[in-house]
Amino acid sequence: MDQQNAKPKRSLLRIVLRNYQVYLLLLPCIIYFALFCYGPMYGLQIAFKNYNTGLGILGSEWAGLKWFQQFLSSGVFWGIFKNTLVLSVYTIIVGFPLPIILALMLNEVRSLRFKKITQTISYAPHFISTVVIVSMITLFLSPSSGVINKIIEAFGGDAVYFMIKPKLFQHIYAFSGIWQHVGWSSIIYLAALTGIDPTLYEAAQMDGASRMRCIWHINLPSLRPVIVISLILSAGGVLGGDFEKILLMQNASIMETADVISTYVYRLGIGMSQFSLSSAIGVFNSVINFIVLLLVNKICRKVGDTSLW
Amino acid sequence: MQRESNKRKKRVEVFDVVNIVILFFFTLVIAYPLYFVLIASVSAPTAVNSGQVWLWPVNANFNGYSIVMQSAEIWRGYLVTAALTVLGTLINLALTLTGAYALTKTHLPGIRPIMFLFTFTMFFSGGLIPTYLLVSSLGMRDTIWALILPGAVSMYNIILVRTFYRSSIPNELLDAAVIDGCSEIKTLLRVVLPLSKPIVATMALFYGVGHWNQYFQALIYIRDKNLYTLQLVIRNLLLESKNLLNNLVQAGGMGMSQEYLSEVSQRAETLKYAVIVVSTLPVLLVYPLLQKHLVRGIMIGSLKG
Repeated sequence: MDQQNAKPKRSLLRIVLRNYQVYLLLLPCIIYFALFCYGPMYGLQIAFKNYNTGLGILGSEWAGLKWFQQFLSSGVFWGIFKNTLVLSVYTIIVGFPLPIILALMLNEVRSLRFKKITQTISYAPHFISTVVIVSMITLFLSPSSGVINKIIEAFGGDAVYFMIKPKLFQHIYAFSGIWQHVGWSSIIYLAALTGIDPTLYEAAQMDGASRMRCIWHINLPSLRPVIVISLILSAGGVLGGDFEKILLMQNASIMETADVISTYVYRLGIGMSQFSLSSAIGVFNSVINFIVLLLVNKICRKVGDTSLW
Repeated sequence: MQRESNKRKKRVEVFDVVNIVILFFFTLVIAYPLYFVLIASVSAPTAVNSGQVWLWPVNANFNGYSIVMQSAEIWRGYLVTAALTVLGTLINLALTLTGAYALTKTHLPGIRPIMFLFTFTMFFSGGLIPTYLLVSSLGMRDTIWALILPGAVSMYNIILVRTFYRSSIPNELLDAAVIDGCSEIKTLLRVVLPLSKPIVATMALFYGVGHWNQYFQALIYIRDKNLYTLQLVIRNLLLESKNLLNNLVQAGGMGMSQEYLSEVSQRAETLKYAVIVVSTLPVLLVYPLLQKHLVRGIMIGSLKG
């Protein structure tokens, strides 16, 4: 390494030229990331400008923090900020432990066939489109013909208008999300579990440890790094959520809980062509997400020994 | 001594039984909604709507399917989506497999900084509006490219593939290829890729399903009805009951002709089950075939986290 650094620049060029094929293979990706990832980041400056389609990004005049001020002082800000935060924190709390438990349980199954069938079935909903999932939710919860309401009526209750009750939106969103993704999310934990050194179990069995104790003292601790990483990543999306699903579930009567930052940006930006204001809100959202990610990552590095970087 | 070991054996069995029973009910909960859609799609509308359909189809018929199959919209959506899925997935694979291979060469100058710049986009992005403006200014609206190019590769998948290359392709093999005079491109094509079937299958499935299920991009970029993707078509078909719902809210029980409403909804509702099956079946049929590779691909690919 030192030797390489000591060499003159000319040889650096020679190394690059000799391996030009590697760079050639990377070229399509470089073009993609430059154009479609860094391009929009460059375009983000319209959040600080009075963007005018005719003048273009560069030609529009600077507006400072006008749009940020307008958003933060507007009546909608606290409502959608709270909705976004509540929805994702609630989803993380109810949804996070289940894949771990599922992986621990699947790991104990001895019949390979049963395990495989359970896996195949529980992964399936993950591959269904959001459009279909939301249609299924709507169909099942329909007040006139939905299965759920038929059950409620069979027990003597009255049909519930699930989809138009603001208070129910978060629960429907979170639990349908669990149904769809719990199996799939368990894969990564299951992968970590298969990597455990079998001699650990043998040692534990010699010491007379029960199955539950093995799970508690061997399996769970070995999952810790994966759990921490997943937690950091979900914290980084704390002002996010499944945008497409929220958008598809929205209807006029539940906007007080179902309107979140991303759907607001969509309505404002694409629906009403308020490009600068909606970009500013987008920037605000990404910056907060990024700060939370950095914070949680730092905490995890201090407290435990696992972090993203 | 013997009694004790018997006891332990028995406790283990109880554990297994409880575990299996819980998992069995869990699987049932996951599977039932899918099963219900299937049986509802072949049952008589009135039976479904009055809650008679539970375990088996009632008055089984395929009327729903024959109506759906006659819809030119659905066929066109199918065609657009099939083309999108094939073309899109090929482009995705080309970029992901080559990019990931190049990024394993971290000893070469510039590769590490490039890797960092790519990874940064996983955590920070320009967001919806600037992307939308960019795609519009490139003149890609109302073309299939708007649905393919903005998501042509995902860094998350590149990392999975890169980890797979690194952990399951022996360095000696790569060295041998170089000694035999293979160029990097030849090494990738002749040595690396043939050994990477699980991860290639996994990627094909990820990207393919992504394209098949793509909705939002089509919603904002496609106005031309001839280019409507399947998801856009079925959303519009399935939307009717939402309008119905909104009507109900506005009527607020003010004695809107209840009979009329129920008639409209009954027809629409059963068709929906058939539409759901028709649009979802291809994906649910393909994925179990690839599952074997899938699990291996993910497990090796994600070992490093």
